[in-house]
Amino acid sequence: MKLTDQVNLISQQDVQLCYHCHKCTAGCPVVADMEYGPDRILRMLQMDDRERLFASHDIWLCASCETCGTRCPNEIDIARVMDALRMLALESGVTPAEPDAVKFHRLFLMVVQSMGRMHEATLFAAYKLWTRHILADMDSGAQLFLKGKIPLVPHLIKDRDQIKKVFKETQARAEQ
Amino acid sequence: MSRIGVFVCHCGHNIAGVVDVAEVVEQVKKHPDVVFATDYKYMCSDPGQELIRDSIKEHHLDGVVVAACSPAMHETTFRRTVANVGLNPYRCESANIREQVSWVHQNYQEEATRKAAAIARSVAEKVKRNTELESLTLSLTKRAMVIGGGIAGMQAALDIADAGYPVVLVEKQTQLGGHMAQLSETYLNFNAAPGMLAKRIELVSSHPNIQILTSAEVEEVAGYVGNFQVAVSLKEQISTENELEAVSSDTSFSFLDIGALIVATGFQNYDRARLPEYGGLEIQNVIDELTFEKMLAGEGIPRRLSDGKIPQEVVFIQCAGSRDKEHGVAYCSKVCCMVTAKQAMLYRERVPTGQAYVFYIDIRSAGKNYDEYVQRAMTDYQVIYLRGKVSKVFQEPQIDGDKIIVWGSDTLTDRAVEIAADLVVLATPMVPHNSAIELAQRLHISTDSYGFYNEAHPKLRPVETLTAGVYLAGAGQGPKDIPETVSQASGAAAKVLQLFSQDEMKASPLVASVIEELCAACGACVEVCPYQARQIHPVWNIATVNAALCQSCGACAVACPNKASQVRNWRPDQILAMVDEVL
Repeated sequence: MKLTDQVNLISQQDVQLCYHCHKCTAGCPVVADMEYGPDRILRMLQMDDRERLFASHDIWLCASCETCGTRCPNEIDIARVMDALRMLALESGVTPAEPDAVKFHRLFLMVVQSMGRMHEATLFAAYKLWTRHILADMDSGAQLFLKGKIPLVPHLIKDRDQIKKVFKETQARAEQ
Repeated sequence: MSRIGVFVCHCGHNIAGVVDVAEVVEQVKKHPDVVFATDYKYMCSDPGQELIRDSIKEHHLDGVVVAACSPAMHETTFRRTVANVGLNPYRCESANIREQVSWVHQNYQEEATRKAAAIARSVAEKVKRNTELESLTLSLTKRAMVIGGGIAGMQAALDIADAGYPVVLVEKQTQLGGHMAQLSETYLNFNAAPGMLAKRIELVSSHPNIQILTSAEVEEVAGYVGNFQVAVSLKEQISTENELEAVSSDTSFSFLDIGALIVATGFQNYDRARLPEYGGLEIQNVIDELTFEKMLAGEGIPRRLSDGKIPQEVVFIQCAGSRDKEHGVAYCSKVCCMVTAKQAMLYRERVPTGQAYVFYIDIRSAGKNYDEYVQRAMTDYQVIYLRGKVSKVFQEPQIDGDKIIVWGSDTLTDRAVEIAADLVVLATPMVPHNSAIELAQRLHISTDSYGFYNEAHPKLRPVETLTAGVYLAGAGQGPKDIPETVSQASGAAAKVLQLFSQDEMKASPLVASVIEELCAACGACVEVCPYQARQIHPVWNIATVNAALCQSCGACAVACPNKASQVRNWRPDQILAMVDEVL
């Protein structure tokens, strides 16, 4: 199966609709750090360039903010396309170009799974320990903390079992 | 003594901002023949024209000078104004004090005022000597000729014939149909071209008002609007096994009286020999779009010319020769983006296992539902569009067998692309028919540097030529697709019908005339006339003027040694009087 078709299937999008107006790239907040930008990622998909796509930093740098998809004249949900690319890249076994991003995604899900919602302090601590970037982002972290955006005590939701059930069922479906 | 009125226009601030209009009025009043002068804010406005009309009546004026803008702007307006109250329109003249005074002397107000007054007085001298003239009437042959029997010519012929006028349709080939007869299916709806065309040909052939001349060519055109004499050569046609053939040794001539002509000679294909980097004519499986059309015709499955194999990898190259000064065609051929999309889709339909690639620099699909159509090729038919111009198409049989190697690039990913193709289709541009320039000379119409016929005005007169009575339809005027061609053909037909709706034609009397007693029949006027309007009468042996052809340029008046040739109301005595007044 062509990568284009796999991505279209998983993301429920049609990347052939893209006519390369570049509007997604023009508005992407992380494009400055990207190698190609969302438009070229879509082009590589149209050209079925699996190798370059899986090796690219861009699919991991995408913050899933969905600005691109909101602005796309062809209504392609590019964030979902990026998600599909990340999944397929991991499945293929290639080493992700941004391993820390993979760690971040994994920890994010673990925190939600165990607490039922996000607890930033736990996520940060775990991420820093795992990646050993202990002192990174201290500036903005301190500011967020002072503004009360990073509560120390986690706020647990009531029916955490329900969330765990969601995770379990999703995983089971994915394994099928 | 004349009774002349002078009307000085402010044109808002355009004139009055520089010229002291009140002073001009005072100055012209000093002229002995000026019995009335006044100024007004906008002379061309309704109240301005009313002022002129009232003054003519009140002061019994027999001549009018409007000192305002260029005569090109409002001469007709003011001549109509004076005619409303019974003054002969040729007793009214414009004195240009805007383009020739206020606009060009903005920093010299005093001198500008003096110049404006001098011009107005000098035009008064002319008006004083203007004769009263009536419009000329010319007879009119209400029969049209359409040159070219393609879709453009047939549409134009049908429209005129349906309106009740006879049409002669001249076609060079043995049969009607033109390029449309070579097409498979047409774009937007994939309608089969032969079916559509057959219906049209049937309508044209069976129409009682249409006379069809095939294997025929226009050899000579004489005369003028409403009164052309056209010589057509006709080759004898003989039927061979399954087609008609023209025999050039058996040529006869036909001379026809025609009122109006529509030129619908269409296009021809660009010569691929001019594209050596795309294989020129050397590689058998590199073809142009019309050749690919033949392969697709009749719901056919395309097969290679070399070995009859069904191609699995087909590369379409757009702008092959066009938008390319180096190859002599700087223009966009306009139809190829759509034709390529259509052909790629038809190919994918007929050969579902095959892959189609399209190299393009821009996609130009301007038209109702056109862009959606091209997008369908990409989304519904998985045609791969690559943005970039192909640099080279070549074959190396020792290495690649019968494959054709295409070197291009995908500028959207900044990568060079190499495709081993089974068939390459070049979207070469439409170029004018090679006989177009010669025919244009016979018709006294002009062509552009490529040989496309020039329209009278690119925006406002797109189906007319600068020669009255000659109109344009189809790709001979510029690249066009079928819907556009049909529109222009109907437009040209409407122009012919507009001409035929008159009982006789009115023409301006301001043309050259001859004082017969002075004419020595030297022929100097015949020689200088750029419009073939002058002749020496074979019986009376004096120079004559064809009023319909004369454009009042005055070349004959200058050339005539006896001053026998004169342009009406621009006589030497008038011009000298005008000069005297200025001096």
